Amino acid sequence: MVRPRAASRPHTLPGFGLALGYTLFYLGVVVLIPLAGLVFKTFTIPWADFRAAVGAPRVMAALGLSFGAALVAAAIDVLLGLLIAWALVRYPFPGRRLADALVDLPFALPTAVAGISLTTLYSPNGWLGGFLNTLGVQIAFTRLGIVIALIFIGLPFVVRVVQPVLQDIEVEQEEVAACLGAGRLQTFLRVILPVLTPALVTGFTLAFARAVGEYGSVIFIAGNLPMVSEIAPLIIVIKLEQYDFAGATSVALVMLATAFLLLFAINVVQRRFRKRFWPA
Amino acid sequence: MHIARKNPPLSLATRETSAMRRMLIAAALIVLLLFLFLPLAVIFREALRMGWQVYLDAIAEPYAVAAIRLTLVTAAIAVPFNLFFGIAAAWCIAKFDFRGKNLLVTLIDLPFSVSPVISGLVYVLLFGAQGWLGPWFAGHGIQIIFAVPGIVLATVFVTFPFVARELIPLMQEQGREEEEAALLLGAGGLQTFLRITLPNIKWGLLYGVLLCNARAMGEFGAVSVVSGHIRGLTNTIPLHVEILYNEYNFAAAFAVASLLTLLALVTLTAKTLLAWLYANKTGS
Repeated sequence: MVRPRAASRPHTLPGFGLALGYTLFYLGVVVLIPLAGLVFKTFTIPWADFRAAVGAPRVMAALGLSFGAALVAAAIDVLLGLLIAWALVRYPFPGRRLADALVDLPFALPTAVAGISLTTLYSPNGWLGGFLNTLGVQIAFTRLGIVIALIFIGLPFVVRVVQPVLQDIEVEQEEVAACLGAGRLQTFLRVILPVLTPALVTGFTLAFARAVGEYGSVIFIAGNLPMVSEIAPLIIVIKLEQYDFAGATSVALVMLATAFLLLFAINVVQRRFRKRFWPA
Repeated sequence: MHIARKNPPLSLATRETSAMRRMLIAAALIVLLLFLFLPLAVIFREALRMGWQVYLDAIAEPYAVAAIRLTLVTAAIAVPFNLFFGIAAAWCIAKFDFRGKNLLVTLIDLPFSVSPVISGLVYVLLFGAQGWLGPWFAGHGIQIIFAVPGIVLATVFVTFPFVARELIPLMQEQGREEEEAALLLGAGGLQTFLRITLPNIKWGLLYGVLLCNARAMGEFGAVSVVSGHIRGLTNTIPLHVEILYNEYNFAAAFAVASLLTLLALVTLTAKTLLAWLYANKTGS
């Protein structure tokens, strides 16, 4: 049987032209034209200026910090998110609903509010900062603080992506593994984890993408010392405040391009992985 | 020989020992407590540290009131725009087949992967004093950057995908049979939408609007870049919080921040209720 081509299927419902037209128009005006403007602006910047702006040690340090801290935070989010998703899906415990609702807090809480709250919590006289200070660990106004803020921001992405996949795993697979003599840990590592891996990678990607560009929750806790704890989005803000539009645009373009390349690479790896474990 | 046991070995083999379960639950709860609950608790504790009078004064102060008003106005403009767009986008993506659909879905999600600061920057480049369109608008007496229009534009950009993203999977799942039946029975296009589609998507729509609104009222990075931080004129609530905090006026900063936190809690509660409502409906 030949399947009808999707595009040749007649439209039975009304309003397609109008809805699509409006969607494309609005998308173009609000998102695509402004973003294209950023790219065009970069073309007007002489190459030497672009290189000078991006290659400055302070900018390089900030870019490295933004991407490095985002990678670390997203990796920690994967571990913590898996733990939380596992407990929420598999174990009934009192207050589970409340815990489940709390997971979305970083989505709903404004970043600036999260920023001042985390700073207060981890500052040397805060609830957690005071305790950690006695152990000789300082979080607020250091790079560790940046990672903590990024963990907070990215955590729900992992939990929300892993949860439905974990729910859909059929108990039979685990029973078969147990019948064949696998221990619980072995079953987890060799049966459950491979099924969860695509979701974990997606969660990592989302958390990372969000963390790279994060601004509000980070700038309060970061300390913002040049070369040490200054993130790339802050560099853009500083350049804008100095009316250095070309410099700000250059840094923004490098951030966008690097983020998209990394996300693209993760996508490719994930597709390869899928093909290997589920051919066809 | 008696082989029936209370706990068949098979189910034990697919579960962790009870000690292990307790440990995992405890670990998960500790993570939730440290990373999510404590930051929430700190806000209210700091806000009320100096007592209710200081709290109320911080909120009733003229600059705070101006910031609250601007935030409400911004959300009241940005949310309906993106609501209308979300419905149009979901209608053509979920109910029709056409080429380039996947690309369109990807493009709609684009603002999520752009740093808020960059979202503000693109509008500065476009409408700023040295931007492409800025001088033209300035010539006609319209200021966009460092003024309210810029704040609204940046907010529209960062909240752009929320409603569409909520509606597309929901409407895809519902298919088009009901609408087709309505049309066959003689209903007009608008009538079909209002009486068939809208009731079907109302909870998803409401959730999308809530998320969109929470982000619109709480956006910081993008708005900060285009606002110019003029007290009483172009300060939204999050920007006002930043100023108070940087002035070491912590009690006032947290008092104003607690308003946004309450909004976040209302959003989360409504989300939980909506999910529960939806599960009950489809479950029966």
